[in-house]
Amino acid sequence: MQQTTSAPPSGTPPLLSVEDLHVHFVTSRGVVRAVEGVSYQVRPGEVLAIVGESGCGKSVSSLAVMRLLAKPAGRVVHGKIMFEGVNLLDLSDEEMRERRGRDISMIFQEPMTSLNPVLSIGQQLMEPLFIHLNMTEAQARERAVELLKMVGITDPERRLEQYPHQFSGGMRQRVMIAIGLACNPKLIIADEPTTALDVTIQAQILELMKELSRKLNIALVVITHNLGVVARYADRVNVMYAARVVEQGTADDVFLRPRHPYAMGLMRSVPRLDRPRGLKLETIEGLPPNLLDPPKGCRFAARCAFKADICEQDPPLNEVEAGHFSACLRAREFVAGTLAPAPAAPVEASARAGKASEPLLSVRGLKKFFTVARKGGLLSTQTSEVRAVNDVSFDIAPGETLGLVGESGCGKTTVGRMVLRLDNPTAGEIRFKGEDIAHKSPAELRAVRRKIQVIFQDPFSSLNPRMTIGQIISEPLMVYKIVPNAKAAAERVAELLVQVGLFAYMAERYPHEMSGGQRQRVGIARALAMEPEFIVCDEPVSALDVSIQGQIINLLENLQHRLNLTYLFIAHDLAVVRHISDRVVVMYLGRVMEMADGDALYAEPLHPYTKALLDAAPVPDPKIEKSRAARALKGELPSPLNPPTGCVFHTRCPLADADCRRIVPEPREARPGHFVACIKV
Amino acid sequence: MLGYLANRLLLMIPTLAGVAVLIFFMLRVVPGDIVEVKLRGDGGSVTQETIEAERARLGLDQPIHVQFVQWMTGLATLDLGNSMWTDRPVTEEIGVRLELTIQVAIMASIIAIMVAIPLGTISALFRDTWVDYVVRLVTIAGLAVPSFWLGMLIILGLLYYANWLPPITYTPIYVDPVANIAQLIWPAMAVGYRYSAVVARMVRSSIIEVMKEDYIRTARAKGVFEKLVVSRHAMRNAILPAITVIGLEFAFLIGGLVVTEQVFNLNGLGKLFVQAVSRNDFTLIQSIVMLIAVIFILSNLVVDVVYAWIDPRIRYGGR
Ligand SMILES: Nc1ncnc2c1ncn2[C@@H]1O[C@H](COP(=O)(O)OP(=O)(O)O)[C@@H](O)[C@H]1O
Ligand code: SF4
Ligand code: SF4
Ligand SMILES: [Mg+2]
Repeated sequence: MQQTTSAPPSGTPPLLSVEDLHVHFVTSRGVVRAVEGVSYQVRPGEVLAIVGESGCGKSVSSLAVMRLLAKPAGRVVHGKIMFEGVNLLDLSDEEMRERRGRDISMIFQEPMTSLNPVLSIGQQLMEPLFIHLNMTEAQARERAVELLKMVGITDPERRLEQYPHQFSGGMRQRVMIAIGLACNPKLIIADEPTTALDVTIQAQILELMKELSRKLNIALVVITHNLGVVARYADRVNVMYAARVVEQGTADDVFLRPRHPYAMGLMRSVPRLDRPRGLKLETIEGLPPNLLDPPKGCRFAARCAFKADICEQDPPLNEVEAGHFSACLRAREFVAGTLAPAPAAPVEASARAGKASEPLLSVRGLKKFFTVARKGGLLSTQTSEVRAVNDVSFDIAPGETLGLVGESGCGKTTVGRMVLRLDNPTAGEIRFKGEDIAHKSPAELRAVRRKIQVIFQDPFSSLNPRMTIGQIISEPLMVYKIVPNAKAAAERVAELLVQVGLFAYMAERYPHEMSGGQRQRVGIARALAMEPEFIVCDEPVSALDVSIQGQIINLLENLQHRLNLTYLFIAHDLAVVRHISDRVVVMYLGRVMEMADGDALYAEPLHPYTKALLDAAPVPDPKIEKSRAARALKGELPSPLNPPTGCVFHTRCPLADADCRRIVPEPREARPGHFVACIKV
Repeated sequence: MLGYLANRLLLMIPTLAGVAVLIFFMLRVVPGDIVEVKLRGDGGSVTQETIEAERARLGLDQPIHVQFVQWMTGLATLDLGNSMWTDRPVTEEIGVRLELTIQVAIMASIIAIMVAIPLGTISALFRDTWVDYVVRLVTIAGLAVPSFWLGMLIILGLLYYANWLPPITYTPIYVDPVANIAQLIWPAMAVGYRYSAVVARMVRSSIIEVMKEDYIRTARAKGVFEKLVVSRHAMRNAILPAITVIGLEFAFLIGGLVVTEQVFNLNGLGKLFVQAVSRNDFTLIQSIVMLIAVIFILSNLVVDVVYAWIDPRIRYGGR
């Protein structure tokens, strides 16, 4: 399917028209003005994307359309929500219920928790058919089977009898879509429908939604923070900031000619797959304002490089070009070209290690097999083996960053945990500075442990909520006697906080008093406290908003150059890995598929899996995206309990043949320094 | 499922053996034995010979390991022996009382389930309104008021308003259901109040939690009637923790009703247990403890089976 269909003519009357919507939440700390004066329209068959940092009001404004705001705290205090000429806010609860699921459907972010665990898929899928369309059992069953087929679930008759826990995340999200489509709605609102999913599954789901919306002329509102997704799928875009829409226009307008400094910043702060490394990421420094007590005038002023005196006025959302709206008081200067952001600065020249030097970390034939109880009988003593990591080898030179990418469950984190010796390898060698640490006792490891540190994905759950930031950072200092006394520890903490871009006074705070990005900085400071040489970064930016992501990546790069650190950077986001890594390892089902210099890998991927991954990952540029054919990788990750024979990728590989089912391909050096594990390359 | 049940029943054996060992030695550690109580109880004078003879008759003069082997082999052959006090078989002593006690426990559980689930649900759905406040007041009172005191109030109330007292002699339900219920409904209500209060509070808090779940929002987004959202989507999930509580409470009622039985003058297991303890009737105490252990384990098993029946994640061994 070629992405050439353009937006429907703007002459058709809008299906949904939100007019000057205001939503308040009454909380114990005061009134949160979660949405303030939001207006937008969606036409049949159109895809509208809503983007913005978390907490800016994307979900709340959409839940308001469904009239599903958390009661009794959430309330629409002003505005209209016109759907087919009727103001939804004037309807009775019963009239609104009739429209939910029949005319308007909503698909939620969390596929793992959005389905009822004790009801079968069939019960949940058929429920709206009984309620809205008065179908008989037989009709509903037939339609349910048809729906499951439509969303690409094989063996639908059997699947109807199953329960959510028997489905993977991707399949649950398909079921959610099937439920959303059940009664042929006119509008579907999807709140971060693919955020929890892997890239290849994300691509499948989004292709499906887009195709269905075109075919059935359904209007689609997609909330997302992935700008690549927006570029690929959206006709129009709303950029929200601190409860308001700050920019609105076609995807081309917003991506290629952003007219609000926040939108400009967003576009420039995403790491991009189609750009080589070496350029520093632009960031939007600072944090969004607190909606309990937002500042007067332009809400972006505190973070805006173009702030001027007039910015103390409230900026209205004005049409600055045909169909292109911006809530910046200086937007006309951007249009006229008299004002423009500065070009990106190159990364500080680095003292990159030469090829010849001894590797700092060297991993050979690393394996980790977990024994798990067989599914089925509660007391069954049968066990199976999960091959989480199967024969992985790589080297990391001092001062280098090795990126490790792959979909969830491919074994990335387990590799990291073995390097840290949080897990014991089943087989293989891990040499740190020539010393094999894979088989050392904890006592012998003590000295090495200091030199190898970790930064985790979830900055909140990895910090003890009852300790102050100062205590968290100084704890390892005291345990390892890196500093002589408490006073020296406090000084070192202050120094570390400044080093990671925080302030010394923050040592007194508790983790919950800090934002996600700040907590991640604390995690980095804690790792640095040990004066490590090597840091395992396990998805360090995955939980963060795009603009904050950029700040943390820049910080990690700067620290690397200043302190001559070596990183193993684990992530599922190919663009982030591309940005930060010198070399990249691609893993699939516990095995290495490809390993090469970052630029070479992205410019010329050799392995079919790497190609598929790169195809699936959207680039934030509508020109490129809309001209790209959809090539979503088929199927899902097989279970590591029962991995395919031969090449583990053969069940999804477009090139697979009989040989691939037999032969386990060894990584070989196809080009100098470029290893690939495929018999067809 | 059958294999699972067989497995669980087999697993009971080591647990029960453990209980048997423990209770045997715990009794022997406490000083004093039944012969003293029986023969010297009312201050009468008996000769040392008589006491020794009685000891020998009851087998208490044997070395402790011999007594222990006797007890364990008795258990293994399901022969619990005779009461040391009455000389009647233990099974006979327990039988009648167990019937009565179990019936009261079952009736109390039914009352609790019928009252607690709707009450807890309403309280949760009307959270922080006057309905909720009233329900919470009533349930807190249920936790605070002792069952025997409520039992006394019930008796006084019946006497005062109806000028009637429940029958004092026990009639099995299969002999005369009316007389049986007329006697047992009152104690069942007296303990059922506290029981309902415990379960209702559990139901309330678990419904409140479940109503915040994402799948409840999904159900509403599908346009499901609010009544169905509660009864179909929320209830089945919320009921799970309440089932655990019901299982525990039920097992507790067997043998835990001493004072209430006293108030209603019921000849139940609790009363028998207290008697046995005060008389140092070792065989009877041991047997009752074993019985209570069996009931605890069985009610746990029933809870697990009900769980599996409601929750497919357990049924199909996921997660
Ligand atoms: N139930 C609630 N009670 C109080 N505040 C809420 C509630 N739900 C959302 N908010 C607030 O509303 C604002 C917008 O939230 P939301 O729409 O969820 O943001 P997002 O853009 O990430 O979807 C945030 O400040 C959030 O804290
Ligand atoms: S109004 Fe002023 S502060 Fe706000 S975005 Fe525009 S230039 Fe920046
Ligand atoms: S070995 Fe075969 S199945 Fe595996 S990646 Fe290469 S072509 Fe595909
Ligand atoms: Mg959201």
